[in-house]
Amino acid sequence: MAHGAAVLLELGGVILGLGILGRLAGRLGLSAIPLYLLAGLAFGEGGLLPLVTASEFIEVGAEVGVILLLLLLGLEYSASELLGSLRATAPAGLVDLGLNFTPGLLAGLLLGWSALAAVVLGGVTYVTSSGIVAKVLGDLNRLGNRETPVILSILVVEDLAMAAYLPLVTGLLVGGGLLASALPVGVALATVALVLLVAVRYGETLSRLVFTPNDEVLLLVILGLALVVAGVAQQLQVSAAVGAFLVGIALSGRAAEAAHDLLTPLRDLFAATFFVFFGLQTNPRSIPPVALAATALAMVTAATKVGTGWWAARRARIGPRGRWRAGTALVARGEFSIVIAGLAVAAGREPSLGPLATAYVLIMAVLGPVLARASEPLRTGLGRPLTALAGRRSARPAAGEMRPREP
Amino acid sequence: MDIQETNLPGVGLRHDFTTRAGRQLGVVTHRTGRRDLLVYDREDPDACQEVVQLTDEEADALAELLGAARLVEHLAALTQRIEGLAIDWLPIRSGSPYAGKAIADTQARSRTGVSIVAILRGDGAVPAPAPDAGLEPGDTLVVVGTTQGVKELSKLLGS
Repeated sequence: MAHGAAVLLELGGVILGLGILGRLAGRLGLSAIPLYLLAGLAFGEGGLLPLVTASEFIEVGAEVGVILLLLLLGLEYSASELLGSLRATAPAGLVDLGLNFTPGLLAGLLLGWSALAAVVLGGVTYVTSSGIVAKVLGDLNRLGNRETPVILSILVVEDLAMAAYLPLVTGLLVGGGLLASALPVGVALATVALVLLVAVRYGETLSRLVFTPNDEVLLLVILGLALVVAGVAQQLQVSAAVGAFLVGIALSGRAAEAAHDLLTPLRDLFAATFFVFFGLQTNPRSIPPVALAATALAMVTAATKVGTGWWAARRARIGPRGRWRAGTALVARGEFSIVIAGLAVAAGREPSLGPLATAYVLIMAVLGPVLARASEPLRTGLGRPLTALAGRRSARPAAGEMRPREP
Repeated sequence: MDIQETNLPGVGLRHDFTTRAGRQLGVVTHRTGRRDLLVYDREDPDACQEVVQLTDEEADALAELLGAARLVEHLAALTQRIEGLAIDWLPIRSGSPYAGKAIADTQARSRTGVSIVAILRGDGAVPAPAPDAGLEPGDTLVVVGTTQGVKELSKLLGS
């Protein structure tokens, strides 16, 4: 078979397969991330259907996927919003970091890994998946709930922490040893801080310069800008993902809104590619040996996230049920855990880190939404699916049911 | 009334307040323009019992409905507040003795002390009509005077 045809067939097969999996996930009310990871495992080395020709494209696609994930995350927030949340939520953010970073770190050390690999595992267990949480909150109609601002501000602080953590880990992974990489890491962190400050100051000017009412031009300009900044960031060992995140933060107003809508479909495509790529790199046979450790870590860190949410919600004077809801909503781990693990896998550190992170995210991405749903009281738990169905049906009124309003 | 504003990072803004009857209501304004109308749970005040998603247009329509009702209340209150002053809308029926005649012919001011401040005709209005303005069947007159005077004019016009 000609090379071109083979690439198209494999790529088409993979994307179509992901579409079907995504649909299945929607039916089951699950996040699609674990299914994408499983697909990656199946297509990878040692899997059911190893890919031969399309893996090159998928590798580049995965890198673009990480950049788009972080760019869109940055677009969600304006710089002033980030700093405002940081001030108000700093205590909860610290508790979150202490309770959820430590289990991963300790687990890595207990497994006999290097300190650096353990720090990476700490990052994996620390970050809640804001993508999954946003979907769960929307699906369960919880955006208006009083505990929701608590949840959202914790996510904001985590995202900001990522802006410091990713350059730190990237620097450490590249430079050998703590002392040797102190200087590049310091430079990287200083750059991030500087860019954040500039974003607060001149974000609006930049947004005005970038904005054009032409969708096509805007898409190209913003995507190009993000990729170039990500490339420069990578070169400076600040991590490409953080570069893209900072671009997202710096853009605000109309430019950010339009870019968000334009880039979301691209993000979905390339992020799915990224999850598959991560799965591809993991040999399914390497998962069983780490399954026990992953399960234990999942149980501990589910409990610590529930604890974090509970504590933060109580601090905000939320009632017991709301505290429980806030805690369980935070359990899901997903895209960013994989982004962090991906850095270490790309640097070729600790062979069992990839499989452990895969197994861990597989568990947490499923467990998170399930727990969040389980926190609904029985009354609404039973009533919700029915009212949700009824709501969907009444959204499209039968002909003649709705009369135009008389003037 | 105390309306609280809460920032929802990445989503938009939430406003909420407690009604005099003790129910809590709120609105989430998404950045996309979508609004969620919130009715909080009686038993669990942190959770929403009902969330209604509204598009831009639907939110406007709802606001108009709620606002319109208040406008009528305001008008009613206004009439009550000005003691001894009545504002009324009087129709000119086809059988009225003044259908097809001019305002001056009714001698409304001298006979009842009531002023005709506007004529409503079809979709339009004639504000401050001149004495020689004609009255047609189907018109509605906006009149201001004492309660007694308005009653007399109403009888005179055959409304």
